[in-house]
Amino acid sequence: MNRRGFIGYVIKQRTLLLMLTPAVLFFLLFAYVPMAGIVLAFKQFNYTGGVFGSPWNGWDNFRFFFESGNAWMVTRNTALYNIAFIIVNNVLQIAAAILLFEAVGKWFRKISQTVMFLPYFISWVVVGAIAYNLFNYDVGTLNSILTAVGLEPVDVYNTPAYWPYILVLVSAWKTLGYGSVMYLAAIIGIDKEMYEAAEIDGANIFQRIYRITIPNLFPTIIILVLLAIGNIFRGDFGMFYNMVGTNGLLFSYTDVIDTFVFRTLTTSNEVGLSAAVGFYQSVLGFATILLANYAVRKYDKDHALF
Amino acid sequence: MSATVNQIEKSDKAPKSAGKMQMDRLALNLIGYTFITLLAVICIFPFLLVVSSSLTEESKIIEDGFQLFPTAFSVEAYSLLFKYPTQMLKAYGVTIAVTVLGTALGLFVTAMTAYVLQRKDFKWRNQFSFFFFFTTLFSGGLVPWYLMIVNYLDLKDRLIVLILPMLLNVFYIIVMKSFMSSIPEAITESAKIDGAGDFRIFLQLIIPLSKPALATIGLFIALAYWNDWYNALLFVSSENLMPLQYYLYKMLGNMDGMRRAMVSSGAVVTMNIPTESLKMAMTIVATGPILLAYPFIQRYFVQGLTIGAVKG
Repeated sequence: MNRRGFIGYVIKQRTLLLMLTPAVLFFLLFAYVPMAGIVLAFKQFNYTGGVFGSPWNGWDNFRFFFESGNAWMVTRNTALYNIAFIIVNNVLQIAAAILLFEAVGKWFRKISQTVMFLPYFISWVVVGAIAYNLFNYDVGTLNSILTAVGLEPVDVYNTPAYWPYILVLVSAWKTLGYGSVMYLAAIIGIDKEMYEAAEIDGANIFQRIYRITIPNLFPTIIILVLLAIGNIFRGDFGMFYNMVGTNGLLFSYTDVIDTFVFRTLTTSNEVGLSAAVGFYQSVLGFATILLANYAVRKYDKDHALF
Repeated sequence: MSATVNQIEKSDKAPKSAGKMQMDRLALNLIGYTFITLLAVICIFPFLLVVSSSLTEESKIIEDGFQLFPTAFSVEAYSLLFKYPTQMLKAYGVTIAVTVLGTALGLFVTAMTAYVLQRKDFKWRNQFSFFFFFTTLFSGGLVPWYLMIVNYLDLKDRLIVLILPMLLNVFYIIVMKSFMSSIPEAITESAKIDGAGDFRIFLQLIIPLSKPALATIGLFIALAYWNDWYNALLFVSSENLMPLQYYLYKMLGNMDGMRRAMVSSGAVVTMNIPTESLKMAMTIVATGPILLAYPFIQRYFVQGLTIGAVKG
């Protein structure tokens, strides 16, 4: 297109372009311009110099991050938690969706779906309050029950080893309703004639679920799981921060990249290091999402992100 | 969109093999009702615990801990909250203002952007779509974003910092776009022939036709604003600007802060504050509106998820 054509098109479509302006400005200000701030990862930040005036320090921030041993710890935690979330959450959601569809009455389905969706609607702060209610050493419900039946109380907030189980449970709890609705929608889309044919052939209901429902869910499962794998290095900050907070005792089991970056910025005020870890996460995340998308594309072109 | 709901209902009327109840179905029903009941109980149980704890006398909590049923019933925590409500009301005010303004503005810009991106005669729609979409794949990370907002835009401790950074979400734009592209072009074609401009077509034709999608996405946006505490954690230090969830977060972690807040709202300095039941009562008060509105808005979320799922 020649220059005249370009300007001519801008003038012709000025209304549409104006309508796009707020969103373009938004993403420029909050996404694209900050990308330039990645230079901070290679700088020894000071407030007088600011983003562009601070002196360079090469790969020092990265070297510090990797040599401190934190890099491996937070990367491992982030990935392992996300893998556990993907497996547990999806298995529960699929089981719930199948049973909601096949095994229970309409009235019961509606009520239970409403109840299961409830945790999705509350903030992570409220989840933190619930965790406090359950696990506080002195007044927590768990210890009330344990002491009532004559057992020793447990000090959950001082025992790192409990936390992987707790966090996986909390994640399953919060996403159950949401995920089972997604899978329910996919089950509803399965051709009813297959079931009728199987029934005539004498297949019992379990065989029908195993041979028809689950195989037909595979496309949905594979796509949702692959997309989740693409985000495997992105920790859910809200969840980890509200469940664990600044309780350093638990960090070896609970610190993820996002909470580490946040603390490095706000508590220890190491802007350069924090930017470096953030950049490391972005690159890692970008690579995994490209890989995941490549896998989705191989599997089913229509569902690829790009 | 309500097709899904109808389909669920219809499936109940689907012909089951007539005659006696089969053993396999009976077994499945047994598993289904047990498993789903268990899951539902686990989902609601923590809420009951919090309600019960908020209604228990403080001395009993200190003695026996939180219980599923109040051992000694007391509304002391709530009466204290409502007796000195200044801070709580302020936080409510901030949250309501942020939710209303953010949802209205966010929804409008989302719809406007989506409308342009689905216009098939707009040559650059793919380039712009990619410009938006790329931000979900790669970002500069927390630090540059934080410095942009604090140092360059100077938004710290202003109401707008609770609204602006989360105004738009690429996925809502995509869902809205795919909904709008299902509106038949013939509808806008005649308006165009009558000489209506693009913006007028959007405002007077597209918006009314997009009501279902607007309702669903509006609820998602509103929920995100109502539940937001992260922006406040990063950008708000003034007590007058604390939204509800962040206020709750502060109070849960900081009993001295709670005492101070109570005193500054006029409570007697020497008073014994029932901190444990108060924490739980605050949790209930901060979640209350969502719990009350929930049964009515839940179906819109279900519908919204279903459009998202179908369109990918």
